[in-house]
Amino acid sequence: MAKYLLKRIFYLFLTLFLIASITFFLMKLMPGTPLNNQAKLSPQQIKIIYEHYGLNKPVWQQYISYIVDAAHGNFGLSYQFSDQPVSYLISSRIGPSLQLGAQAIIVGVFFGIIVGSLSAIRKNTWIDGASTFISILGISIPSFVLAILLQYYLGLKLQWFPIADWGGFSYTVLPTLALAASPFAETSRFVRTEMVDVLGSDYIELAKAKGLSRTGIVWHHALRNSLIPLVTVIGPLAAAIMTGSMVVENIFSVPGIGEQFVKSILVNDYPTIMGVTMLYSALLCAILLLTDIVYGIIDPRIRISGNEG
Amino acid sequence: MEEKMNLAPDAFEPVSKKDELDDEKIVAPSRTFVQDAWRRLKQNKASFIALWILAIIFVVAFTSPITASHPNESNPNYANLPPKIPGVNINGLNGTSVVAGKRVDAYKQNHVPSKVHYTLGTDYLGRSLAQRILRGTLVSLLIGLFATLIDLIVGVGYGIVSAWKGGITDIVMQRIIEVISSVPNIVIMVLFMLVLKGGMLPIILAIAFNGWTTMARLTRAQTLQLKSQEYVLAARTLGESTFKIAIKHLLPNLSSVIIIQTMFTIPSAIFFEAFLSYIGIGIQAPTASLGTLISDGQKNFQFLPYQMWYPAIVLSVIMIAFNILADGLRDAFDPRTARR
Repeated sequence: MAKYLLKRIFYLFLTLFLIASITFFLMKLMPGTPLNNQAKLSPQQIKIIYEHYGLNKPVWQQYISYIVDAAHGNFGLSYQFSDQPVSYLISSRIGPSLQLGAQAIIVGVFFGIIVGSLSAIRKNTWIDGASTFISILGISIPSFVLAILLQYYLGLKLQWFPIADWGGFSYTVLPTLALAASPFAETSRFVRTEMVDVLGSDYIELAKAKGLSRTGIVWHHALRNSLIPLVTVIGPLAAAIMTGSMVVENIFSVPGIGEQFVKSILVNDYPTIMGVTMLYSALLCAILLLTDIVYGIIDPRIRISGNEG
Repeated sequence: MEEKMNLAPDAFEPVSKKDELDDEKIVAPSRTFVQDAWRRLKQNKASFIALWILAIIFVVAFTSPITASHPNESNPNYANLPPKIPGVNINGLNGTSVVAGKRVDAYKQNHVPSKVHYTLGTDYLGRSLAQRILRGTLVSLLIGLFATLIDLIVGVGYGIVSAWKGGITDIVMQRIIEVISSVPNIVIMVLFMLVLKGGMLPIILAIAFNGWTTMARLTRAQTLQLKSQEYVLAARTLGESTFKIAIKHLLPNLSSVIIIQTMFTIPSAIFFEAFLSYIGIGIQAPTASLGTLISDGQKNFQFLPYQMWYPAIVLSVIMIAFNILADGLRDAFDPRTARR
């Protein structure tokens, strides 16, 4: 296990190093400079600005210092947003994003499990049909369309929740719902398939033969065993939420990472784009590693094959 | 109480040798793999309806260069006109809109000649929304199809090579996939779009670039199983070239996995196109795609809701139909899951 872990952590850092290098050289390839009106500036002024951003050095020196700084969590100065350090820009915005992401995963997975297992227990009934249809809707309707509809109908028309901005808990309800749609749909589809599989297995037959009650079977045997593989979809769900957060935060004016990322993309603020790229990749890598470890702990069969591989 | 059966005496006569049943005969028609899948798909009503809806959308979208030939023709005098279908008097389709709490005829206010009408209204530049949606659907579908095609070629090729070569090649190729898939899709796509700038080809490349890894993984897993099958071994022993084995023996057996995955890739490609265009780094104005139309419509959603509703409905219907069809195809090609 320890050897496997060390190997995984080594690959995690290798992956992050590769991503940092690739993004660095991609951004160097990009045309343009951090200066808006370069033509109006004197060579002296340009030189001062270049020194300020560390652009006067040769590219390989910039690269080394970028990698070293990135390892320390420092991603340089933003070109556009009042010259703030990227790490400050990101760290001040990470709270709302993490809160929304966590809430969306919890809400989505929780209701996904309920709907998915209901649909498996009542297979081929109208309950199954209805929940399958709802899951298809959740997967198919883009988060940005859903967010706008929620904002308009629940926010503006019914005035149940604030339309936008960031304050107390009530401000998080609509963005959480918009983000939770896709984890909900994925989870319920996944749980349904797993549960149908488990309900048809031998040990469930045995439990029935023993005379256990229906709820007892579902609660003690079926549900627990069909939820274990759910751990493996947490990674892809987190990636989907990162995608969703970019538009949902924008629509609800949440001061989060996703909103900052979109703003930076539109104004070509390369240091911030690189910083957020690294943050997203590191988060996803960490989540993937964590879910693998957790899966190994709760399902011993995987741990053995993990050692071999 | 008593039951009487009316049996003629000849019912008790022995069957002649000639009429005897041939129990070796196969009565059911022999069907090929595709015929069988098609038959099962037809039994799934939802999927079959989805297939028809998609067929209609495809025909309408691909004939749109003829039927909607002026998607970018702007007419500032006719800006933001609500939908109007002559002869239909339902609010929302009769050319009226609510201004300051009162329903007024927007066409009359703007002095639009009575001949002129826009079925789905106009946008802020007075362009016909119906034409733009038709052309936008075409752009979105094309991007989805081409991205999936690249996905398919690269992913299947990569997967087969990785599984066939095995050893160190396989390990290196799988590590590359691992690195790519541990970066969030959207980040890769955004970087691609920044470097290549907006437009159709960059979007296709960006979407294809991170879609192929799933296809490659599935193909590899399946190929590893097929590799040790007797018929592949036989082909190798007979000296068949690797390329021919891949085409003649592996691909037909991989087809169900590939088709199912393709059907899930197309809607996700369409979604990412809409997403990129929505945040403003995808398709560039004046070209329309469903994403740009939703993004434009959203700005006026409170007052001119039809401008977002129509493209959003089209996008959602396409996505729903593809997902239902993909589910149905999975069941049709893999009866094991269907019977559960």
